[in-house]
Amino acid sequence: MAETMADRSEMKGTAPAAPDELAGLEPDLVLGLLQDMLVYRRFEEKAEEAYAIGKIGGFCHLHIGQEAAAAGSIGPLRDEDYVITAYRDHTQALAKGVSPNAVMAELYGRSGGASGGKGGSMHIFGAGHGFMGGHGIVGQQAALATGIGWAIKYREQDRLCLCFIGDAAVNQGVFHESLNMAAIWKLPVIFAVENNAYGMGTAFSRVSTTDMSTKAVPHGVPDSAVDGQDVVATYTHFRNLAAEVRSGGGPRFVDVQTYRFKGHSMSDPVSGTYRSKEEVEGKVTQSDPIRLLADRLRAAGLLDQQRLEAMDVEARRISAEAADFAEASPVPDPRALYDHVYAEINEHGRLFFDGRDRGEK
Amino acid sequence: MREITYREALNEALAEEMERDDSVFLMGEEVGEYDGAYKVSKGLLDRFGEGRVVDSPISELGFAGLGVGAAMVGLRPIIEFMTFNFSILALDAVLNSAAKMRYMSSGQYEIPMVFRGPTGAALQLSAQHSQACETWYVHAPGVKLVVPATPADAKGLLKSAIRDPDPVVVMEGELLYNLRGPVPAGEHVVPLGLADLKREGDDVSIITHGKMVHVALQAAARLAKDGIEADVLDLRSLRPLDADAILDTVRKTNRAVYVEEGWAYVGIGAQIAALIQEEAFDHLDAPVLRVTQADVPMPYAKNLEQLAKPRASQVVEACKRVLYLN
Repeated sequence: MAETMADRSEMKGTAPAAPDELAGLEPDLVLGLLQDMLVYRRFEEKAEEAYAIGKIGGFCHLHIGQEAAAAGSIGPLRDEDYVITAYRDHTQALAKGVSPNAVMAELYGRSGGASGGKGGSMHIFGAGHGFMGGHGIVGQQAALATGIGWAIKYREQDRLCLCFIGDAAVNQGVFHESLNMAAIWKLPVIFAVENNAYGMGTAFSRVSTTDMSTKAVPHGVPDSAVDGQDVVATYTHFRNLAAEVRSGGGPRFVDVQTYRFKGHSMSDPVSGTYRSKEEVEGKVTQSDPIRLLADRLRAAGLLDQQRLEAMDVEARRISAEAADFAEASPVPDPRALYDHVYAEINEHGRLFFDGRDRGEK
Repeated sequence: MREITYREALNEALAEEMERDDSVFLMGEEVGEYDGAYKVSKGLLDRFGEGRVVDSPISELGFAGLGVGAAMVGLRPIIEFMTFNFSILALDAVLNSAAKMRYMSSGQYEIPMVFRGPTGAALQLSAQHSQACETWYVHAPGVKLVVPATPADAKGLLKSAIRDPDPVVVMEGELLYNLRGPVPAGEHVVPLGLADLKREGDDVSIITHGKMVHVALQAAARLAKDGIEADVLDLRSLRPLDADAILDTVRKTNRAVYVEEGWAYVGIGAQIAALIQEEAFDHLDAPVLRVTQADVPMPYAKNLEQLAKPRASQVVEACKRVLYLN
């Protein structure tokens, strides 16, 4: 079965903890990360609730347990940087600045959704926030990320692209094609594996004979690993990576070791066929990124129970408001069915063949 | 008017559009130092530099996806496939990403890019290097597809494709690259979605696209010797499709034959036949017939290859059948 987080961290030889309890980060910044993670957690719980009563349809992949991987990696980025990810994308969208209301309304399939109700859970977009979307085919966003990196370099901009992929995506050809191209052209892209140890229900160790740390080596892309349940470590790690990439250092590959507390999607049990109840409970008890950070802040005298509760109340308020907003947002206008297939400029000829161009639809 | 080759016409279109708009770049296998596998990009590396004329690794899915990502943030990539046979590896980037990005995001992203290269058979390249790929691409809403048959259309359609705000697939022909014809110098743009009536006649309509335009014209010339005059309609653009031009010619001749390099099943001709029966049924005096590649992977042996490809004699035969002459 999968190794424990500690095992993998040792195996990867991550840097020792900084002497300072918060690795030199400002307390307010770290408290902000805690607040963010609480929002992500409560938001996803609200989505889970809404899914259970049929408000949300289709596939819905929750990020619960992996909050630090998003908060710690996107946190150090600038507004003008880009983030692109796979279909487990709600939290990354929030972290990049897409509003909880817009994300929830998208899950509800409403016109006020981040993608106008046409994308759904797997395709949240936020062009105005540099959030380049959730993409549904495993690994495909790695190629898109190289294109975003290519454009940054082409325009000589001081930006970068952070591309999340799941651990299973490293077995896709497009991942290797993308790393190779990013390396050849020294593109400003960070490829971050959100390594929750399972591709759907298949343990990574069952589909790869080599460790995650080997995957970027053939392409000459510097690799590293970080404990993705430790938001402080993740934040400082990505802050450093971002600086390296920005200064023209080319792409980076990072194994963000995390764990999914819920099923692969809402249609998948939390535990059972591919991982034991004990394993999941052990992770939830020992590796909850929110609890780990709260304990650390308490130990440092920066947080008390009252403040933590107030932060949680705020997170619940934001999530409830998002659900209210989604509920109140109208469903898309039926006329929107045909919007945005093509640009609205078509001087000659027929683009649609279902009768629409003859006025039958 | 001066005459240049189809290859030179494409080269001119690329150079003029790269000159005109610095967000346009060309990427693909062998497009730079090698001047293009078919020399379409000859001289462009020297002129525009390796930042804009980019030799890619052999990673069709990867560099097609790179193009889509670059287009998402405002560049206008031209992705060259050495041939469309190889683009089958890149279908995910074209059909799942380029075609759907505008829609999935409710219009947050435009994908103003071009995928281009030769489609269809050349000579004795056998099964994996000789297939018409139009159907793969034209099937999906979100993608446009043009298929120039002449040097002038090669230039004019490629320029339109590069300027278009949507992903446009431009399918060329290996056997067309050396074709010479009149091409206007400088600005020459052929809008997408306009068919071209190559020849006029009242007896039968031969409708076709791409390389098969030339087979259709051969057939029409043979028919003329028997006193049968054919309209030959070159669609030029398969999506958007000039439905009016198709319906006009059918209403005139009351008989139609579609000629295409691809396979019959769910081919372009199947779509055109459906369109004609839906919208011009009362004008038809005969069923719409199709002349296509034989329903086999392309064989290597010369005699078998010739049997597999659509031939002018088959087009003549089909025209006579819709005229009830045999």
